[in-house]
Amino acid sequence: MTEEQRTPRILIGKPGLDGHDRGAKVVARALRDAGMEVIYTGLRQTPEMIVEAALQEDVDAIGLSILSGAHLPLTERVMALLRENDMADVPVFLGGIIPADDLPALEALGVTGVFGPGASTEEIVALVRGAVERG
Amino acid sequence: MDDLLLQVRQGRPRAIARLITLVENSETAAETAVTALYSATGQAHIIGITGPPGSGKSTLVNELAKEFRRQDRRVAIIAVDPSSPFTGGALLGDRVRMRDLAGDTGIFIRSMASRGSLGGLAEATAGAVKILDAAGFPVILVETVGAGQAEVDIANAAHTTLVIEAPGMGDDIQTFKAGILEIADILVVNKADRPGADRTIQALELMLHMGEGSATRHHGRLLSTPDNGPTADGAWQIPVQATTATQGKGIPELVVDIQRHYAYLQASGVWLEREKERSRRELERLLQARLLRQLQVTVAPDRREALVTAVAAREMDPYTAVTELFAHLSPSKQAGA
Ligand SMILES: Nc1nc2c(ncn2[C@@H]2O[C@H](COP(=O)(O)OP(=O)(O)OP(=O)(O)O)[C@@H](O)[C@H]2O)c(=O)[nH]1
Ligand SMILES: [Mg+2]
Repeated sequence: MTEEQRTPRILIGKPGLDGHDRGAKVVARALRDAGMEVIYTGLRQTPEMIVEAALQEDVDAIGLSILSGAHLPLTERVMALLRENDMADVPVFLGGIIPADDLPALEALGVTGVFGPGASTEEIVALVRGAVERG
Repeated sequence: MDDLLLQVRQGRPRAIARLITLVENSETAAETAVTALYSATGQAHIIGITGPPGSGKSTLVNELAKEFRRQDRRVAIIAVDPSSPFTGGALLGDRVRMRDLAGDTGIFIRSMASRGSLGGLAEATAGAVKILDAAGFPVILVETVGAGQAEVDIANAAHTTLVIEAPGMGDDIQTFKAGILEIADILVVNKADRPGADRTIQALELMLHMGEGSATRHHGRLLSTPDNGPTADGAWQIPVQATTATQGKGIPELVVDIQRHYAYLQASGVWLEREKERSRRELERLLQARLLRQLQVTVAPDRREALVTAVAAREMDPYTAVTELFAHLSPSKQAGA
């Protein structure tokens, strides 16, 4: 009943055409177990669908799981749509198989953090929480 | 806040989303928003969709929304999932089944966690429903898992309540939860493509007919009546509708049932009765919350704690403790006593 207690709301989505959402679900559950409200949007989302959901759900952060290799164009599109909708301040995280060579480009696009397949859920939770609390 | 409220009235999605968050998180924001928007509410048809986990509620909501859109009516959806009582977190996955609705500006979907608040589901969704109503959505669909108090809450908050069942959960009457007839305005047997659907329908119809001799009153109306058509006193007869949500089957028929129920509510005056009932509950809930808050402000925490300790140690009974606490809230009563 306390005033102004804000439970973080995080959107987890899978843009692109690859069909594995195991990793995304593990992250979704870890964030839930850390006390966050996770909006899970499922497979094969377009950047438009993801940003529309993020807007309607008024999320504090967005996590994208991309295994297809198309992370650069997909992320670029998501970031552009966020800017268009005046949501550039929403932190975006990326998980999946992302070559180290692409990290500078992703950073330049404004991505807050990238997790490889080896990242622990503790690490992910800590980073997301940090970003949400800064915001 | 004024700017935000104005944009909500104009139906701007970002403003709607933000205001729902504010209202969800802060009692003060809720008060400001509801005070400003209340006169613009009362237009929407609020439809509750409840039923056991996995019965196909979200898939059905997706199909219902598409059917309403074909009639060019804008649709807002609130999908509620339980919060974990241990961590407070929640996994809100209903959108997965609503992807057909993406990209349609006539649709607004919001996932909500139940957050285990004092007033339960009713309190959690009341604010969001009012915001969407004031934003001009003529149809608001509220999905909740049918579990205990949640389905009673949703029936109280909605004008029309759909109870969804699915075959394969046993086919006799005992398998349906007690009380679903008091809650349902329309019974839906989804997954009609599955074996056993006929028997589920029959069992529900049998249950309705067994209720006919002792028709119970709910919200001041008769619940079940024999055969087709309204009875002499124009009571609502609960239809049983079969659907296969994954194929869109039975959906236009279900929407006809929903619209018949709307017409019935209006013509019979039950709409107003339900609004009154809902308002009564809402006032009680707000009063309870305010009294509790008032108590926390007026009575020092150590005094409250001392009473708790005294009750635990059997030095004082709980009624006497509450009488003492209450005296702080009602000085006039105290003076008069
Ligand atoms: N065969 C069949 N499967 C269906 C039908 N409707 C839904 N399903 C499937 O049932 C599963 C659950 O559907 P949902 O719509 O998520 O059910 P729900 O009641 O919203 O589930 P919760 O929100 O988790 O309680 C999904 O795999 C659907 O594809 C139907 O008419 N026939
Ligand atoms: Mg669902």
